[in-house]
Amino acid sequence: MAREKSSKDNAQALFHSLRSAYAATPVNLKIIDLYVGFAIFTALIQVVYMASVGSFPFNSFLSGVLSCVGTAVLAVCLRIQVNKENKEFKDLPPERAFADFVLCNLVLHLVIMNFLG
Amino acid sequence: MWVEVEAQISSRQNSLHSCARQRLQKEERISFTLIEMARSLAGFLVLLLVISICEAASLFQPISDSHRSAALELFTSDHGSFKSLEETYEALRTFQILGIEKKPDVTAAACRSISETVGSSSTPKDLFYALKANSIAQCKIHEKASEGIISSLKAAVSGASLLLDFYYSIGGLVLIKDQSSKADIRLADAEGVFRSVKAFSQSDGRWRYSSNNPESSAFAAGIALETLAGIVSLASSELDQSLISTLKNDMSKLFDSIEKYDDGTLYFDDKLVDGHEYQGPLSTTSSVLRGLTAFAAATTGNINLPGDKILGLAKFFLGIGVPGDAKDFFYQVDALACLESNRVSVPLILSLSSAVLSLNKKDSLKVRVTTVLGSKAPPLTVKLVGAFSSGSKDASLVESQELKFDQGSGLHILNDLPKSIDVGSYTFVFEVVLQEPEDEKVYVTGSQTKVPVFVTGIIKIENSEITILDSDLGSVESQSKLDLAAKNAVSLSANHLQKLRLSFQLTTPHGRAFKPHQAFLKLRHESKVEHIFVVGNSGKQFEIVLNFLGLVEKFFYLSGKYDMELTVGDAAMENSLLVAIGHIELDLPEAPEKAPRPPPQPVDPYSRYGPKAEITHIFRAPEKRPPPELSLAFLGLTILPLLGFLIGLLRLGVNMKNFPTKPVPATFAVLFHVGIGAVLLLYVFFWLKLDLFQTLKAVGFLGVFLVFVGHRTLSHLAAASAKLKSA
Repeated sequence: MAREKSSKDNAQALFHSLRSAYAATPVNLKIIDLYVGFAIFTALIQVVYMASVGSFPFNSFLSGVLSCVGTAVLAVCLRIQVNKENKEFKDLPPERAFADFVLCNLVLHLVIMNFLG
Repeated sequence: MWVEVEAQISSRQNSLHSCARQRLQKEERISFTLIEMARSLAGFLVLLLVISICEAASLFQPISDSHRSAALELFTSDHGSFKSLEETYEALRTFQILGIEKKPDVTAAACRSISETVGSSSTPKDLFYALKANSIAQCKIHEKASEGIISSLKAAVSGASLLLDFYYSIGGLVLIKDQSSKADIRLADAEGVFRSVKAFSQSDGRWRYSSNNPESSAFAAGIALETLAGIVSLASSELDQSLISTLKNDMSKLFDSIEKYDDGTLYFDDKLVDGHEYQGPLSTTSSVLRGLTAFAAATTGNINLPGDKILGLAKFFLGIGVPGDAKDFFYQVDALACLESNRVSVPLILSLSSAVLSLNKKDSLKVRVTTVLGSKAPPLTVKLVGAFSSGSKDASLVESQELKFDQGSGLHILNDLPKSIDVGSYTFVFEVVLQEPEDEKVYVTGSQTKVPVFVTGIIKIENSEITILDSDLGSVESQSKLDLAAKNAVSLSANHLQKLRLSFQLTTPHGRAFKPHQAFLKLRHESKVEHIFVVGNSGKQFEIVLNFLGLVEKFFYLSGKYDMELTVGDAAMENSLLVAIGHIELDLPEAPEKAPRPPPQPVDPYSRYGPKAEITHIFRAPEKRPPPELSLAFLGLTILPLLGFLIGLLRLGVNMKNFPTKPVPATFAVLFHVGIGAVLLLYVFFWLKLDLFQTLKAVGFLGVFLVFVGHRTLSHLAAASAKLKSA
């Protein structure tokens, strides 16, 4: 009983500490995290749709899911490069990273639109 | 005309009654002949005699109306004129020999071409043929023109070096002598010309065409003989008799090289050395005959040629029947005209008005003896000296008897055939005897003439019955009499333990046993599968026993209704029959696993090779799509995360504070966002209607613009944030 209580307390304490630590992150990183979540969520909805009706135009399904996943990956790359605590990309100006992000997204979406059919 | 051709073909087929064929027919009845051979040695010896003589029996017909109608068809002219003088002459001569009336347009056209040739200076060859045609057409030649011809021909004779040059010039001179009023055309140096022509002769009886060319032929021999005959007739003084007698020796040597066919016809042929110069046996033999008869007519004294050879040559020409080519027709008819009246010997041909006699109709044997062109023969008697059955080797079936001569029709008739002549194929042997002894010097008849005769009759079919027997006991289960003359509808049934027996008797009109060429019983199943059985015989009795126990596998275990059909046929049988007997219900056991299947029956070719059923293309069934409402619902659901994103952005406190305020950077910033929007809009258009190349082109332009603008904006932002940091 004491162990259950303690594990429950431990989980709650962990969750709270995570929450407070997250609140400390800068806003621009939070925007990027929000964007990633939005992309993944969209992908999930598409997967659920495919699971329910079947994968008939498989290329459309793939392009839809991969566009979401691709853009999420690019956003994660942007987050890594923009994060000031990341010593590796200290010298990279964030505008440059953002320009890369925009360019890569445009290329990705060109390919996705071609594959959409 | 086709009937005549068929008659000729059948007579030719009959004429191929060679020993080999007799032997083949013998092998058919090997079982009987072996027994017979053992019994009659005398008959065997007669057979040897027959084989050793072995001239096959053949039927020759003299010239008849079919020749006349064929001649009219073959020798067609274009408004009376032919292609050349040679053809004109050939046509005129053929019509003259066959007694066909001269048509006025033919004569007129002939006269035209003759006068044309005669008027202008022509080669000896043209003059020769023109004069030949004129001898028949009888057109008038101008005095001056004939004088010109004579002089040019005489010049040609003196200047001739080849055999054909001599032939045309001498021949022309002979013809013009007959045609013009000037009867005095003589060759000055006849003996010299004779010797120069004789120089072309060879020791084997053949002649050469020129002194340079070593090729010799019998055709050239005929031409040479004609030329020499012309020289003799044109000679002003009597020629040296020794020359003529050496020539007679040459002729007999030539006749030694005569060739022979199996049916007793004789002909001359040359070796095929050069295809260009080769004349076939027909024209070669015709040329030799022409030469021979011309020479006989021009000289006096005896020409020693055996009459048999003349008769053989006559048979050669008659054996051709009606030729299909105008040139061959001319050669045949011209040669026969030479044979019809010549000084050596005139052949007489024995022919039958019909080679097929019917015992049923009581036909009588009618024999005609005429010359080759069909004219009347001198008084003679025809004797039937023997009749031999084609298949067997027995002695003659008839005694020697004379045929009655009917003055009105010119036929020798034998009214009642002896009883020993039954249906079948025979060889009748005739002998022709001239009544006046002087005629023997003029005419030649041949010693014995063998003629194939076919006798037909009605075969009696009696005692025909069909029975079903039990296999083991042999007891009769059902029996019914048949009338094979009419269609029967007997209905029987049997199982595999029983036997079927069909029997009947065949008798010839004279009461002898008869074995037909065909005696078959055919059983046909409902599924069109057929089985044929040969009905065997012993003497007159024909019987077949079908033991179904042994035939079960042959019948492919097919039970059911079988139609029965009997076929009895022979060439000598006037009442050959193919009659349906009835049906039999056969009950056969079940087929085992490995039993052979019946062969597939022939399919109606129109159904097998006809058009097949039309194939309509079956398109791939379209995939099942989800109902549109579900799709729209999920479309709405997909928008939800975007809304969530926007709401989250607002909650985070997104602002536009960092947007540049100064006009230049502001425009760049605006342009940057516009640029991104334009690219995304382009992508929408790409999905809707553009293709990749158009899109790539547009993206290229927009991308360059975007890179430029973006660079300016972002570098401005970077500079601004750097200023903030340092400050």
